[in-house]
Amino acid sequence: MDISMTWLRDYVNVKANIKDFVEDITLSGSKVESYSIISGDIKKVVVGKVLSIEKHPNADKLVITKVDIGNGEPIQIVTGATNLYVGAIVPVALNGSTIANGVKIKKGKLRGEESNGMLCSIQELGFDRHDFPEAPENGIYIFKDTPELGTNVVDALDIYDEAVEFEITSNRPDCFSMLGLARETGATYRIPVKYPIVKVKEEIDEDINNMISVEIKNPNLCPRYVARVVKDVKIAPSPRWMRKRLRSVGIRPINNIVDITNFVMQEYGQPMHAFSIDTIADRKIIVRNAEEGEKFTTLDGIERTLSSSMLVISDPKKAVAIAGVMGGENSMITGDTDTVLFESANFDGPNTRITAKKLGLRTDASGKYEKGLDPNICDKAIDRAVQLVEMLGCGKVVRGRVDCYPNKVEPRKIPYNPKKINKLLGTDIPEEDMVRIFKLLEIGVDKKNRILTIPTFRPDLELNADLAEEVARIHGYDKIMPTLASGTPTVGKKTYEQQISDIVKNSMISTGLCEAMTYTFESPKVFDKLMIPSDSKLRDAIKISNPLGEDFSIMRTTTLNGMLTSISTNYNRRNDEAAIFEIGKVFMPKSLPLTELPDELKKLTICMYGDKYNFFYIKGICEHIFDVLGCSDEVDFSPKNDIPWMHPGRTASITLNGSEAGYVGELHPTVAENYSIDTRVYIAVIDMKLLNENACLVNSYRALPKYPSMTRDISMVIKKEIFVKDIEKVIRKNAGKLLESLVLFDVYQGAQIESDKKSVSYKLVFRAEDRTLVDDEVNKAMEKVIEALKDEFGAKLRK
Amino acid sequence: MKKKLQEIYEKAIATLEGVEQTKDLDDVKVKYLGKKGELTNILKSMKDLSSDERPVIGQIANQVRSGIEQKIDEVKDKLAAAELNAILDKETLDVTMPGRACACGHRHPLDTVIDEISNIFIGMGYEIADGPEIEKDYYNFEALNIPANHPAKDEQDTFYINGDILLRTQTSPVQIRTMEKGKLPVRMICPGSVYRADEVDATHSPIFHQLEGLVVDKNITMGDLKGALATFAKELFGKDTKVRFRPHHFPFTEPSAEMDVTCFACGGKGCRVCKGEGYIEVLGCGMVHPNVLKRCGIDPEEYSGFAFGMGLERVAMQRYGITDLRLLYENDVKFLKQF
Repeated sequence: MDISMTWLRDYVNVKANIKDFVEDITLSGSKVESYSIISGDIKKVVVGKVLSIEKHPNADKLVITKVDIGNGEPIQIVTGATNLYVGAIVPVALNGSTIANGVKIKKGKLRGEESNGMLCSIQELGFDRHDFPEAPENGIYIFKDTPELGTNVVDALDIYDEAVEFEITSNRPDCFSMLGLARETGATYRIPVKYPIVKVKEEIDEDINNMISVEIKNPNLCPRYVARVVKDVKIAPSPRWMRKRLRSVGIRPINNIVDITNFVMQEYGQPMHAFSIDTIADRKIIVRNAEEGEKFTTLDGIERTLSSSMLVISDPKKAVAIAGVMGGENSMITGDTDTVLFESANFDGPNTRITAKKLGLRTDASGKYEKGLDPNICDKAIDRAVQLVEMLGCGKVVRGRVDCYPNKVEPRKIPYNPKKINKLLGTDIPEEDMVRIFKLLEIGVDKKNRILTIPTFRPDLELNADLAEEVARIHGYDKIMPTLASGTPTVGKKTYEQQISDIVKNSMISTGLCEAMTYTFESPKVFDKLMIPSDSKLRDAIKISNPLGEDFSIMRTTTLNGMLTSISTNYNRRNDEAAIFEIGKVFMPKSLPLTELPDELKKLTICMYGDKYNFFYIKGICEHIFDVLGCSDEVDFSPKNDIPWMHPGRTASITLNGSEAGYVGELHPTVAENYSIDTRVYIAVIDMKLLNENACLVNSYRALPKYPSMTRDISMVIKKEIFVKDIEKVIRKNAGKLLESLVLFDVYQGAQIESDKKSVSYKLVFRAEDRTLVDDEVNKAMEKVIEALKDEFGAKLRK
Repeated sequence: MKKKLQEIYEKAIATLEGVEQTKDLDDVKVKYLGKKGELTNILKSMKDLSSDERPVIGQIANQVRSGIEQKIDEVKDKLAAAELNAILDKETLDVTMPGRACACGHRHPLDTVIDEISNIFIGMGYEIADGPEIEKDYYNFEALNIPANHPAKDEQDTFYINGDILLRTQTSPVQIRTMEKGKLPVRMICPGSVYRADEVDATHSPIFHQLEGLVVDKNITMGDLKGALATFAKELFGKDTKVRFRPHHFPFTEPSAEMDVTCFACGGKGCRVCKGEGYIEVLGCGMVHPNVLKRCGIDPEEYSGFAFGMGLERVAMQRYGITDLRLLYENDVKFLKQF
């Protein structure tokens, strides 16, 4: 909502300067988005008088003028204007001045002749002939009156104003009007508001009811329809004061009738429409729903197809306007129009909004209606409009109104309780002050019974809390003392899951990974990109019915796409390496189409590329997490060759206590290629729920060793395909309780080893808790281990 | 003999003073004090002295011996120190060379902000709640006093799955889910992703993050709301931060407010960060609407509460001076490693 301070001061005597006003009114609840000085660009432009006009010696189209700017020292200005004459009073932009759009004017030479400024057209001052109809179409603006020479043109043309843009919240449709904001201003400064005194002469003594009738077919969508008729219409420009007010709020002056409807719409917040009455068949207005598919050409000349949810104003034969949105070409006012029907109606907000949205036709009027207007202003606004018609002499008003208002909205009465208001606010505001505030807001107060009469323009006031807000905002939010809630103490903490999540994040970061954040919706194309089979459950993704585009149309069932896209970004920006992780959700529907909320499962996803990374690096990171979470002993890694997007020979499934917990490995090169990554990518995905279930954050202490250990190395040649995991199992099983640790330190294939074999070497450390070991014991254990390895795998010991 | 001893002493001392290496010191020691050393030789001839002279000379001889020994120790210490210094000198490094990089990862700036805010509220007794991102219309709108056809529903440009299920447009549904559990009092915050149909650009993203807060107890006042949020603002933005509460409108709170904080870049004088206003809008808040309490089975006559919600991207962007929102979701490590 835009207002200007000059216009506002027509109703309320604000003394504060613009900067203070903006702050004060914001803090009382009407938020100012921005403010500016209209004509703020115009500096050092003064009124001057042309003393002489001479031909330019070097240019046919230029003339040299001498201009008196009131200081007794005429200045020379070169101009190309043709409408000048000696004695003309004109705006003169002096050397060092600025004109509209901040254009700077400096003295200089034009074709060799000195020019000390510029004579200005109205456009160069930021206006046009809608604002100043007396200005020539082309040429310098010439004053009709005779302002004192040297006067600032901002004053001489009366173009100074301050424009203020408000952000009005949806609960306050009454503030989408000058009068509404005047009321708020009055309450803010506790000063009275002067409303326009509306009196209509009604020069034409005919009964309007004989001229026009109105029928509302759907009172839910049109609670009220008021009409007035004006005869002998004379279309002309409206006076300067009205043009100035309209321009100050960003509305272009057109002609007196249009300007009046716009003026009243700003003043009262009530949109208004004017029809040429001759175009209305049978002189009968019918407010009805449109026919499905009905064609209608709006004022802007565009044919539109209506649907049955939309409301139209029609006569018995045809529609003449889309209710609350825009009038029709067929009923518009032209230069020859003699009799005008003014409409001041109330239309349902949501329906108007939906209609405007469907038609892609949001107008000033629909913008007002969609907030939900008070039907009780229809008559006041239309009277104001015809009063202005009389004032401006642009027509004669016919006696009476047609007012179709089947269900009158009455002011609501609600009780108030000062104690409860103070209790909610934590204040100690006396009842007297509250009553004063209610009255400033034009709420009727019955103090004896503590009953308020809420004006119908404030449908938002229903409960104690609503009244508390009114009191608080006028009293001042800043006057409420900050306190710290006493009440029952509570313990602030993270949940167990959140703690696990923190531990995982911290251990990821400690291993050198950066945390990533990716979008949770994506394109259905990612399934093909990731080579997910057509029958995979992962393809059963939840679809968004109104997505921003296909790329954001399904809720992800795997976290890979986001991470691989990020990896691709890094790779293609030539980052040498990238190692990132994310804890993010996937969305698994219980059934499709969705009837209940899906499972939202949290996954840890790790992704990396770069010279230093390989399968064992990323596996090490996974092992680190399990170690930190105290569940290393429950983890098992097994070869997994059937994940379509993973390298079949370099992927391991991860199980935690026998449950599938995720996988780790190298990305399938084809998928890497699909993401334009020309290097090996390593990935791990681990289910957070299983980490939560298996984490053991408190370990029991184990006594530090008191006795020395004994170490034995063992190297064996063994079939290539035997997994070290299985070898280790055999060693552990046979080495007995004395085995403290087992470390794989070499795996070798190549020269000196048969091609189907490999050499595997371990370091075994033995220790007893209660004594120093003797060779014999360890030798026995080793013999048992060696025997078992021979039996199980046919291992040959290397010496 | 006395003179001889004196000569030996002086000679030994002079020799010792000339010694430059520890290994030469032993030679000197042998030469004077060894079994065949000069002093020993002298002492051997002591037996020829009279019994009167012997104790006198003996004493002198002992003094000479201990004098030389002392000098040897002295020189030894001096030489050892010099040799160590020489080694240390040799070991000198160019300490201006860079340290060895440690492979430390980085937390996402948004997550850092979430964590910091969470810790502030944990300190004030708040729990950290969680809620679904795919949500029922009821929780996202209706229960929050936003009925069908309410303009707020349009304003938020909701993504729908179907007529009943949507992507939450705000973290506020977690308020309802928390209150529905029926455990009072409530002190909770909930950070999380929310969705709105905004095209991606430098300041908009269809997925972004909010943080919701809710307190419900007996006798909670608007003063409590101001106190809690002012404390939070000072913790997050610095102790000199001032807050300003402006009346506003949210369907699920009444009275409602927006909270501004003094610009952390200019301290309130007005600068580019705050667009000259001196204040930066940080969050929306208000007293929980009685209709919302009622719908969750809480008697508004007995209980009251306050709620607040804030966008997190903006806090992170302003704090770190990030000018393009898209950077937060691109995950370029050159970006992530800056935090």
